Amino acid sequence: QKALFCISHAAESAIMVVNSVHWFRKCLRLHDNPALQEALNGADTVRCVYILDPWFAGAANVGINRWRFLLEALEDLDNSLKKLNSRLFVVRGQPTEVFPRLFKEWNVTRLTFEYDPEPYGKERDGAIIKMAQEFGVEAVIRNSHTLYNLDRIIEMNNNSPPLTFKRFQTIVSRLELPRRPLPPITRQQMDKCHTQIGENHDLLYSIPSLEELGFRTEDLSPAVWRGGESEALDRLNKHLDKKVWVANLEHPRVNTCSLYASPTGLSPYLRFGCLSCRVLYYNLRELYMKLRKRCSPPLSLFGQLLWREFFYTAATNNPNFDRMEGNPICVQIPWDQNPEALAKWAEGRTGFPWIDAIMTQLRQEGWIHHLARHAVACFLTRGDLWISWESGMKVFEELLLDADWSVNAGSWMWLSCSAFFQQFFHCYCPVGFGRRTDPSGDYIRRYIPILKDYPNRYIYEPWNAPESLQKAANCVVGVDYPKPMINHAEGSRLNIERMKQVYQQLSHYRGLSLLASVPTIQEEAEPPMTDESQTSSGPGRRRPD
Amino acid sequence: MKRGRTGLKSICQTFPSHEEKVKRQKWAPSSFSLTPMQDWGNLPHHIILQIFQHLSLVDRARASSVCRCWNDVFHTPDLWRRFEFELNQPATSYLRSTHPDLIQQIIKKHAQHLQYVSFKVDSCTESAEAACDILSQLVNCTIKTLGLISTARPSFMDVSQAHFVSALTVVFVNSKSLSSIKIDDTPVDDPSLKVLVANNSDTLKLLKMSSCPHVSPAGILCVADQCHGLRELALNYHLLSDELLLALSTEKHVHLEHLRIDVVSENPGQTHFHTIKRSSWEALVRHSPKVNIVMYFFLYEEEFEPFFCEETPVTHLYFGRAVSKEMLGRIGLNCPRLVELVVCANGLEPLDEELIRIAQRCKSLTAIGLGECEVTCSGFVEFVKMCGGRLTQLSIMEEVLIPDSSYNLEQIHSEVSKHLGRMWFPDMMPTW
Repeated sequence: QKALFCISHAAESAIMVVNSVHWFRKCLRLHDNPALQEALNGADTVRCVYILDPWFAGAANVGINRWRFLLEALEDLDNSLKKLNSRLFVVRGQPTEVFPRLFKEWNVTRLTFEYDPEPYGKERDGAIIKMAQEFGVEAVIRNSHTLYNLDRIIEMNNNSPPLTFKRFQTIVSRLELPRRPLPPITRQQMDKCHTQIGENHDLLYSIPSLEELGFRTEDLSPAVWRGGESEALDRLNKHLDKKVWVANLEHPRVNTCSLYASPTGLSPYLRFGCLSCRVLYYNLRELYMKLRKRCSPPLSLFGQLLWREFFYTAATNNPNFDRMEGNPICVQIPWDQNPEALAKWAEGRTGFPWIDAIMTQLRQEGWIHHLARHAVACFLTRGDLWISWESGMKVFEELLLDADWSVNAGSWMWLSCSAFFQQFFHCYCPVGFGRRTDPSGDYIRRYIPILKDYPNRYIYEPWNAPESLQKAANCVVGVDYPKPMINHAEGSRLNIERMKQVYQQLSHYRGLSLLASVPTIQEEAEPPMTDESQTSSGPGRRRPD
Repeated sequence: MKRGRTGLKSICQTFPSHEEKVKRQKWAPSSFSLTPMQDWGNLPHHIILQIFQHLSLVDRARASSVCRCWNDVFHTPDLWRRFEFELNQPATSYLRSTHPDLIQQIIKKHAQHLQYVSFKVDSCTESAEAACDILSQLVNCTIKTLGLISTARPSFMDVSQAHFVSALTVVFVNSKSLSSIKIDDTPVDDPSLKVLVANNSDTLKLLKMSSCPHVSPAGILCVADQCHGLRELALNYHLLSDELLLALSTEKHVHLEHLRIDVVSENPGQTHFHTIKRSSWEALVRHSPKVNIVMYFFLYEEEFEPFFCEETPVTHLYFGRAVSKEMLGRIGLNCPRLVELVVCANGLEPLDEELIRIAQRCKSLTAIGLGECEVTCSGFVEFVKMCGGRLTQLSIMEEVLIPDSSYNLEQIHSEVSKHLGRMWFPDMMPTW
């Protein structure tokens, strides 16, 4: 009897089939996708799914540009998979109800997906992993959305995320290099597994259209930022070519051109995972080492990537990261509630052309330059309107293509001086800052065409132009273009007092110095190990009083 | 309460007798003898008071409904010396509001105990009006400190002036020992200041009234003339006069410690600012050699003409808008007492010369903040070298520093750190 049992057991394992499902969420790409590689590894069948709930789409805080980008990215994935004799399965519904159905229908034995470090993602995935276990499905998760293992960074900082960027950079400089990116999946890999594509695939699993999600598309202008992995990789090459041509791998000074959408911009592609952050990292690194013949590049080369990593690290264990109340790192500031003022800001009707042009570009195209973000964020919060950064964050979440949950919330806290020990004295003037960034005024004329006939002298402050000039320019302030919604000098004067009140209570600081009212973290940072530190005599270690 | 009793019993049983003896010696013999069956409710008042002082108001209020004894302690005058009324409307603020019942209780039972009072209001006029209503009822009080604070928009300015002034003068008249008053951004006027002075001239030490448009130079002069104990004063530039500075420097007057002046523009080019004579400033500094003079400027560039033409004893200088290169040059020349300089914005020409002159001439400078300006890296290093370790606050936005042939952005931080004697980095902003 014992022998019989063994034989039947062996027979069973001989016919054990591996049916994989790879679940795309972010990481909408076939290159550097370790979880997808695991799905293919030794599998008999594989299906790549994306789960989408069109009914939920209408209710979510997601604007048309973000949906369009996502749908384009899905279409690009589908096309790439077609070339590998497979398809993308877009399944309508919620993961918790979709997976039980699919597990049964497809006899799934392995589920793979990329690790999502955001608190909401971790919770959702925890439930799915548990459900998979109940169905006897093996869950395989791999990290590829961030350069490093974020828990490791936290561990190295005495088990708490670094709260200053410099501290973060110091810790990162002590880590090993990020894991090398994997190559894209190949036809050969796919040939070993089979994807069963039914006759009714396009009926059941097609990518929805914008109309299906409830959007009206008659007046929609063509996308400035085209979604998808192919576009991302194409842009990467152009981005690197541009760096070589400029022969300067450092931050260029901002000029008027930077304000417009760049054909080599990469941030939305990093956010959706159309481009792997490690691929970008290693490409930049190798380019630098080729051009400069140095041992290793400075951390500033990876500025954009490290900021992203910084905010992801700060957020990963903090489910309240995106709000003020109950958020341990956020200063509690008595912001005003003023829906009317918020709407004017969100819709670009503040009466300040610099602010309105930026918000218009954001709504039309889905991307604005980081200095433009600073300007509008300051205006909404600590600079002028004294409205909570949470409201601004939600507007950006709706409109901005590269707004990761962590990066968006973290940046808003940073810019409103609500966290990360930021000095609040520096207030961007909605007139002066714009004029210094683009003296030609062309940016205003492009996004607020009604002001195009104003001369440079008045285009940033049209309310100061004499009436005759306003009439000649066919744009009278108060009639054709709104009056300024606030007196900036008065507003900023009040607000600096408010910030000081908050910070003085926070730190019990009673002195007169404006700068000293913001508490500082004593940096235990050691000097970075660059070549320069060997030539200079090295900084002293005496701490300030 | 049963659980409490058991807990107390167990604590009593572990009380070493030695400590009991010591305690008996400390307290009066009649008031303290703790037997194993003692009730929480019978604890001596001063012990409950001590515990209550560690509790938040909400917890204390809850504790007060436990028993009559605890309720009595809750109403001990000592617990009501300091109070902050928070008046917010849900439609305009996220913040909670002091419960109206509690407010009523305070007015009924504790008005005479209040000594240090503040009102925090949100941007709703209703909140400011509620504050005025409370003020009007604080008749039998001996308030020493009064603060009217708007946490967002200045809603006190929307209250009818008559209502505000009559509420405020109730406190001025009844307190008679006001020492510290903060009434920035309110419609206080000259007659109310007269009332203040008539009743509190001996005790007034601090008066903060920035942005009170209904006060005239004569009104504030009356305060300076009569209140010889005044140590801290905050007002707007239009109230500042030669007479005022001289009044603050008479023999009878104590040393002035802190003078804050806000210089705010009404409309570009339409406000003409008067100048203060150098001799008036000198008189002030002679009388009060350690005085801190804090000036906050919110002007358009062309409005700066009247300022810093002669030596000005300002110590803390803040420019909330763009300030010209020329003006920063003047500051280097004429502000030898400068301790802190904060510049919000300048322009696109490097400020190397101006900074170096400031380092040379402003020997007391310990704090500097620069945003939206330009300084070459070499110029900046030169500046830091000259100031050395006396710079305890150095807050420079990263974009301010322009790399040149001597230094790039990587090298600047280690060079500056070397001269400061500590680790230093410029202020950064996220880029993505």
